[in-house]
Amino acid sequence: MRAPLSWLRDYAALPEGLTGHDLGQALIRAGLEVETVESAGSDVTGPLVVGRVVQFDAEPQKNGKTIRWCRVDVGPEHNDESGARGIVCGADNFAVNDLVVVALPGAVLPGNFAIAARRTYGHVSDGMICSAKELGLGDDQGGILVLTDDDLAPGMSAYEVLHLRDDVLDIAVTPDRGYCWSLRGLAREAAQALDVAFGDPVELPVPAQSAAGYPVRLESAACPLFVAVTVTGVDSTRPSPRWMQRRIQLAGMRPISLTVDITNYVMLETGQPIHAYDADRLNGAIVVRQARLGEKIVTLDDVIRDLDSEDLLITDDSGPIGLAGVMGGASTELSGNTSTVVIEAAHFDALTIARTSRRHKLSSEASKRFERGVDAAATYAAAHRVARLLEQLAGGTVDEAESVVGAVPEVPAQRIDAALPSRILGLEVPTDKVVELLEAVGVQLSRDGERLLLVPPTWRPDLRDPYDYVEEVGRLIGLENIPPVVPNAPAGRGLAKSQRLRRAVNHAVAAAGFVEVLSFPFVARGDLDQLQIPADDERAQLVRLANPLSETSPYLRTTLLPGLLAAVTRNTSRSNDDLALFEAGLVFLENKEKRAAPRPSVAQRPTDEELAAINTALPRQPRHLATVLTGNWLPARAFAPAEPATWGHAVVFVEAAARAVGLSVVRRAGQHAPWHPGRCAEILIAGTQTVIGYAGELHPSVCKASGVPARTCAAEIDLDALIGAAPDGGDVADLSTFPVAKEDVALIVDDVVPAEDVRRSLVAGAGPLLESVRLFDVYVGEQIGIGKKSLAFALRFRASDRTLTDAEAAAARDAAVAAAAEATGAVQRTE
Amino acid sequence: MSGPNKSYDPVQVTPLNAESVEAMVAAALQAFAAATSVAELKQARAAHAADRSPIALANREIGALPPQARKDAGARIGQARGRINAALKEREAEVSADELSRMLVAERVDVTLPVELTPVGAVHPITALMDQMCDVFVAMGWEVAEGPELEAEWLNFDALNFIPDHPARTMQDTLFADPADGGIVLRTHTSPVQARTLLDRDLPVYVVCPGRVYRADEFDATHLPVFHQIEGLCVDKGITMGHLRGTLDAFARAMFGDVRTRMRPNFFPFTEPSAEVDLECYVCHGSSVGDPANPCRTCNSEGWIEWGGCGIVNPRVLQACGVDTDIYSGFAFGMGVDRTLMFRNNTADLRDTVEGDIRFSRSLAGTAR
Repeated sequence: MRAPLSWLRDYAALPEGLTGHDLGQALIRAGLEVETVESAGSDVTGPLVVGRVVQFDAEPQKNGKTIRWCRVDVGPEHNDESGARGIVCGADNFAVNDLVVVALPGAVLPGNFAIAARRTYGHVSDGMICSAKELGLGDDQGGILVLTDDDLAPGMSAYEVLHLRDDVLDIAVTPDRGYCWSLRGLAREAAQALDVAFGDPVELPVPAQSAAGYPVRLESAACPLFVAVTVTGVDSTRPSPRWMQRRIQLAGMRPISLTVDITNYVMLETGQPIHAYDADRLNGAIVVRQARLGEKIVTLDDVIRDLDSEDLLITDDSGPIGLAGVMGGASTELSGNTSTVVIEAAHFDALTIARTSRRHKLSSEASKRFERGVDAAATYAAAHRVARLLEQLAGGTVDEAESVVGAVPEVPAQRIDAALPSRILGLEVPTDKVVELLEAVGVQLSRDGERLLLVPPTWRPDLRDPYDYVEEVGRLIGLENIPPVVPNAPAGRGLAKSQRLRRAVNHAVAAAGFVEVLSFPFVARGDLDQLQIPADDERAQLVRLANPLSETSPYLRTTLLPGLLAAVTRNTSRSNDDLALFEAGLVFLENKEKRAAPRPSVAQRPTDEELAAINTALPRQPRHLATVLTGNWLPARAFAPAEPATWGHAVVFVEAAARAVGLSVVRRAGQHAPWHPGRCAEILIAGTQTVIGYAGELHPSVCKASGVPARTCAAEIDLDALIGAAPDGGDVADLSTFPVAKEDVALIVDDVVPAEDVRRSLVAGAGPLLESVRLFDVYVGEQIGIGKKSLAFALRFRASDRTLTDAEAAAARDAAVAAAAEATGAVQRTE
Repeated sequence: MSGPNKSYDPVQVTPLNAESVEAMVAAALQAFAAATSVAELKQARAAHAADRSPIALANREIGALPPQARKDAGARIGQARGRINAALKEREAEVSADELSRMLVAERVDVTLPVELTPVGAVHPITALMDQMCDVFVAMGWEVAEGPELEAEWLNFDALNFIPDHPARTMQDTLFADPADGGIVLRTHTSPVQARTLLDRDLPVYVVCPGRVYRADEFDATHLPVFHQIEGLCVDKGITMGHLRGTLDAFARAMFGDVRTRMRPNFFPFTEPSAEVDLECYVCHGSSVGDPANPCRTCNSEGWIEWGGCGIVNPRVLQACGVDTDIYSGFAFGMGVDRTLMFRNNTADLRDTVEGDIRFSRSLAGTAR
């Protein structure tokens, strides 16, 4: 809502000299969101005066234009010796003796347009005759601005005449304060904030019902009150006065015609939307009712609208003539010939209007106000304000016979404990003070011991619950006056295990050289196709959005890889070529059977069954952890060649994550999209059959389809599963200080035997004396035969209670080798 | 070796006379002084101080002397050997110190050479900030609560006192899972976690809820449709707006140093009274207001930075979660993490937070050129 300061002064006795900025600060303290305070007209400076056109010569030019070389009387102070000034003007919408606005040399107009005497079209133009647009006053109406007031004289300052300068406060009105969508409401707030007098422009109460005026019938509960006042003899050709146009313009609307401007002016003033009908175009009684199936209306914006049975209509015998509270119909629109006007000031149910507005995607100044709550008690006064203005400005006569159908809806009273505001605010507010503050905003109070009976004013539908009054008291007393106190929370348990371990994982993989990125979780089916994920894979069970941000990615991710691959592409397009990206985030797996999540009553806690039904309807959302690597793990540097990112780094990523939660993982060859079938490690938690994910090099076709560099590597694991398996405590090592016995063995196995199988069988065979085993060499060559490889392991044995003898160590080694031989066919290499 | 003399008619044993011994000592000392490395000194030692050295050989001749002469020669040789050994030891210390000095010079490396063993990894600035925010509350005894991002409409809206017709519940503002009437949305705030907390945990409750949220919003330099929030919820006996103020002040001080917060009344469905919370500008502390010569880019010279929303939990919310509002009251607050990063770390374009450019992620990881 845009509120000109001069207009607010009409109702609030604001101190002389108070600026828009001052008022803005006061309103901010009172809880209004003042977005900007604009100094309208401040971009016009210097001499700007009223001039009278004394004479002019029309001079056709070579370029086809005709200019007027004018003599303009700009007052004795500004005229030259000849008693006027010579000014060239390109417009032709004025006559001799017309009053115009002249910007004299030294003036600056909006857009930093400096006026100076200058030679043009063979004359020295000593100033400029201004159009409305050049002054920042809205659209040009066919040329320059011609002033029609009869009390103006050449040389008068045009600033006041044009109401050029004003401070305008732009206020973002919160949905609970519908009354602030009016000068009346904002002036009330301003008067309260500054503790000055407030004069309510709404003076006339709604009288008892009367059917004397234009016939009106209400057939829907969504319209409890309808006031119709008729004005005859309206001269619709008269222009709106400049002050009214300027205020409408400053308030952010466009002046249109006198009658429309008056209705808009009164709406801005009182907050009550008004509609004016051309009485000659109405057919029979006005009936307010719900729309019927199949009905249509052509609204003022010339759109044909199919109506819904929940839409509220204004109708007459011809059918719908208005979408109630939203927009009038074209059939009864005012015109330049309108002489009898029927003024409608009605009250409509907020929700009904909100729904209609939304249904038809049609938001108007009227609907905006009705949706947020309009003061029903202002209807009658607003209708009469319009009627009076039509009388004053358009020569009309107000018909004494008027219609008042329905009544102001009753406002719900509330009882509160007088101590409630103190208790909730944390600030002692004596009961007398509570009473004083609430009465000041129009609440009617009666005291019943320590209880207060409260009836809110008709313009405050937001005052409903006890806490609404607490808020009002807090707002009026100033939240800054509440003393801050840090509450004593009970002893907490710190981060939950899963939270602690997630952080540990994040930091571990970052320390290992991986860079975290965040990506949007939206994907297309094509993203999964690029990854060659088969249709029966869990990851193909996508959750679709009903209204995705982009129709090209309407699904939620089931894997983190598409987002990471997109990040790879973005980075490489910016020449960040060496990448080890990672992301941790939720993936969304659609339930096999889709179920709707119930929405139980909010009057009490839902039952356990209802809560369970809510939770089972939600798709499963495990947290994943993934990496994508490409380019060099480390680029070439002094004394070291570049180290390309390989499948090994993808494995390192998973191992770093596992170690961070206290787990070790093992690998076996896997076959899983989107990995290279020969370079895919399936990763299990050591000692279990739990597969937590995959790591390796991406399938060459996947790299190609995704547009990422060849040999891009990746890993993805179920982080929740990893953390779920993390040990809670665990024993720390019992250290033996006896010497270690080292035994190296080289085992020849078939090339296809996984090293991990050999290692594991060595561990199993070596027995409890084995402290560690490490693969330190892999040899392939003719010496050991084609299709074979030699794996060299370093075994360390140690006892907890004695120094091992050579024989003991050798026996343990032999047992390990024997176990490996049996499990994998390994033969000890002897040379 | 000469045979022993039985009578005092000494056979002259030349190596044992004073002159010879003195010459041996002189030769040894000269050889030690000439040695400039441990190896050379080792050679000199072999020649002048070891078992086969002249002085050692002379020592063996002592037995050939008659008893009286034996005493004299023994003393002479002993003294000489003492001098030789002392000189050797001294020279050894000098030579090894010299050698170490030379080695230290020779082994100099260019310590400015790059030595990366791993690439520069980094936690995303949003993640790091969110963790830091949580830590402030954990230190006060609060706990961290989390919930799903694809959330039931009931928890995201109904339980939080959003009426069915609330504009935020439209497809214009909220992303719905298909079908749109299935009651499942991408959560628009982390507040459903508050509702879950009240439904799941025993009172009193002091929790913060960090996480990712979604709105059908623009994607531009200052708007993200996917962003991060941290919300706080406290429900206990006798909780007031004063406790809310105290908590917000403590949070602000922990994050930004010596600053205050202020509240401006506002409207949210789930709190009543509701307020916006502003942070006193931690850079200019308001000194830039009305001082065009010293503008502050952090607060746009307004002295305050809009930080989030807060209020007393609406009793309707507590009732929907089964909390007895005659006994308990609570407060809640929420801030945008991305927005906080924006004014705290001068993020010019919010899109950078989600586009995955490693330069953004690494920007707080010590990667100055």
